[in-house]
Amino acid sequence: MPPDPGKERRHRLMIELHDVRHRYDERPVLDGITLTLTERRVAVVGHNGSGKSSFARLLNGLVVPEEGRVTVDGLDTRKDGRAVRRRVGFVFQNPDLQIVYPTVEEDLGFGLKARGMARPEIAARVDAMLRRYGLEEQRHQAAHTLSGGEKQLLAIAAVLVLEPAYVVFDEPTTLLDLRNRRRVAEVIAALEQRAIVVTHDLDLIAGFDRVLVLDRGRVVVDDAPSPALAAYVERLS
Amino acid sequence: MSSLDTRAMVLCALFAAVVAALGVVPPIPIGFLPVPITAQTLGVMLAGAILGPRLGFLALALFVLLVAIGLPVLPGGRGGLGVLMGPTGGFILSWPVGAFAVGWLARRMTAGTRPLPLFVCCALGGIGAVYAGGIAWLWLVSGLPLEKAAMGTLAFVPGDLIKAAAAAAVAATVRRVRPMPV
Amino acid sequence: MILGLYLHRDSPVHRWPAGAKLAALVAATVGLLAWPGWTGPLAGAALVLWLLRLARLPVKTVLTQLRPLFLIMLIFFGVQALFTDGGWREGLVTTLRFAVLVLLATLVTLTTRIGDMTAVFERVFAVLRPLGVDPEKMALMLALTIRLIPLLVGQVQDIRMAQRARGVERSVLALLVPLVVKVLGLADALTEALEARGYDPTGGVRKE
Ligand SMILES: Nc1ncnc2c1ncn2[C@@H]1O[C@H](COP(=O)(O)OP(=O)(O)OP(=O)(O)O)[C@@H](O)[C@H]1O
Ligand SMILES: [Mg+2]
Repeated sequence: MPPDPGKERRHRLMIELHDVRHRYDERPVLDGITLTLTERRVAVVGHNGSGKSSFARLLNGLVVPEEGRVTVDGLDTRKDGRAVRRRVGFVFQNPDLQIVYPTVEEDLGFGLKARGMARPEIAARVDAMLRRYGLEEQRHQAAHTLSGGEKQLLAIAAVLVLEPAYVVFDEPTTLLDLRNRRRVAEVIAALEQRAIVVTHDLDLIAGFDRVLVLDRGRVVVDDAPSPALAAYVERLS
Repeated sequence: MSSLDTRAMVLCALFAAVVAALGVVPPIPIGFLPVPITAQTLGVMLAGAILGPRLGFLALALFVLLVAIGLPVLPGGRGGLGVLMGPTGGFILSWPVGAFAVGWLARRMTAGTRPLPLFVCCALGGIGAVYAGGIAWLWLVSGLPLEKAAMGTLAFVPGDLIKAAAAAAVAATVRRVRPMPV
Repeated sequence: MILGLYLHRDSPVHRWPAGAKLAALVAATVGLLAWPGWTGPLAGAALVLWLLRLARLPVKTVLTQLRPLFLIMLIFFGVQALFTDGGWREGLVTTLRFAVLVLLATLVTLTTRIGDMTAVFERVFAVLRPLGVDPEKMALMLALTIRLIPLLVGQVQDIRMAQRARGVERSVLALLVPLVVKVLGLADALTEALEARGYDPTGGVRKE
């Protein structure tokens, strides 16, 4: 896929943001962010409306910044949107809006089908995912009859089946009960991929490598979890 | 159709699902009318008024397809090919054309967010075009004289006029809140 | 909802391929409409009764699906008998012809799985490609619609409940305005979700 393997190696596994600015109706929501993300686990916290979701959407090109540049492994989200989205999976807060096919099995196969993969290979990968996330019994079940936790697992599995290099999560546990929150936290902890997780769930990010605190579209704290969270709590009071 | 973008496809699927969901709503009684109104034809008018002619047509074509493949999406849990082939099947088969007509008229009349022109569009498209199709079907398959076929359906016009007024009001409000490129 | 009207039975009619059943239905419709006189409808009626037995469908279910049509048929017969030149004889023949067609169509629906029926229509779309129909897009939209129906039924129920809690009982506007606004919001979210999962409406089949 990448035309220049040398370039590929140089930019191995990093997401870079250069002075990124974005506005909605004249109101700045991202206000000059420059960052390089190389860690395995990065968390993004901040109060409602601070720009977390907008930030997350930058990373896979769902939002292209008005000014500045976002690159994933050297690919510019503005020019190579499709390739970037292949590399960066995205899990939304509400799995109901992410599941597009009527049954569990069909939904897992959707992204692969969109890539034009052959049927037998799709079936094999879907099987593996069903087994890995304990959804085998629900294979033919109608997606809308799954529990909230199962729906979120399905949404995550549907992203992971595409084998992205990064997974961005936008509040993956907000709608879940305690038990399912744990389950999703375990899934995230066990990922081989790099993960960037937007969350209000501070327990989720205890073992992370880096925490960014957003406020009015700026990164105001950038540190390891415990100092970052201490600073965040202090800013709140 | 090759120019359909993702959002257009999603909108069509959503409005087809809206029409199906409205079939589940219990009929709403309205004071002076003898028969309670079902909400589905409201969905036909709204699809045309909000999505425009092309996508409105496609949304209702999807809905007719749902009926045809055997999903119970018509009021009372009915569906299937039998309903479409019955004497009144033409009234459902012409919903895509009805939605198209509403959208086309709304564009021609530049109805925008004005309730009165929107009402005229909904009435002409959602009643005029749909009845024309329904009556033509009835006439074709029954061999009834055209005017007799038409007379039998008149009883439903008052209810549908109220629906057209409601659809116009909803479309006007929605188009004010969420301007769409119609 | 997702199961549709299909009724599982172990019968040859159920096992016949969906495409063949649909093609036969079309042929029977054309044949019956073209065949003048009362022999056609009578032969059709005999055929459909035999098929219904063969398919082992419970009489009650078939009748439930047909109940609303009985009344229409009755009115239909009355109008025919009173207003056409043929009088009640002609009326009886036309009504019978119709009943046969509707029964045949219902039979196909009750004995064919949604998935099989969808597959037939997808093949029909593929044939219509020269007319500008995109079969892959139609198939995706159809699946998406089926997926969205329960979600929207839930939305409709939520809105009605919320309105009722605020003392609004039966306002069409109070139901539809929030519903449509919600739907437009859902459209944004779903578009984003499809694109995030790599769906690209312009691309045909791409190689891995
Ligand atoms: N599509 C849009 N159009 C207009 N304004 C938007 C849009 N998306 C976001 N905004 C605005 O941008 C700001 C930041 O939104 P964003 O969703 O990024 O915040 P957030 O930190 O994710 O909030 P939350 O914690 O509530 O999810 C908000 O004020 C929001 O109203
Ligand atoms: Mg957010």
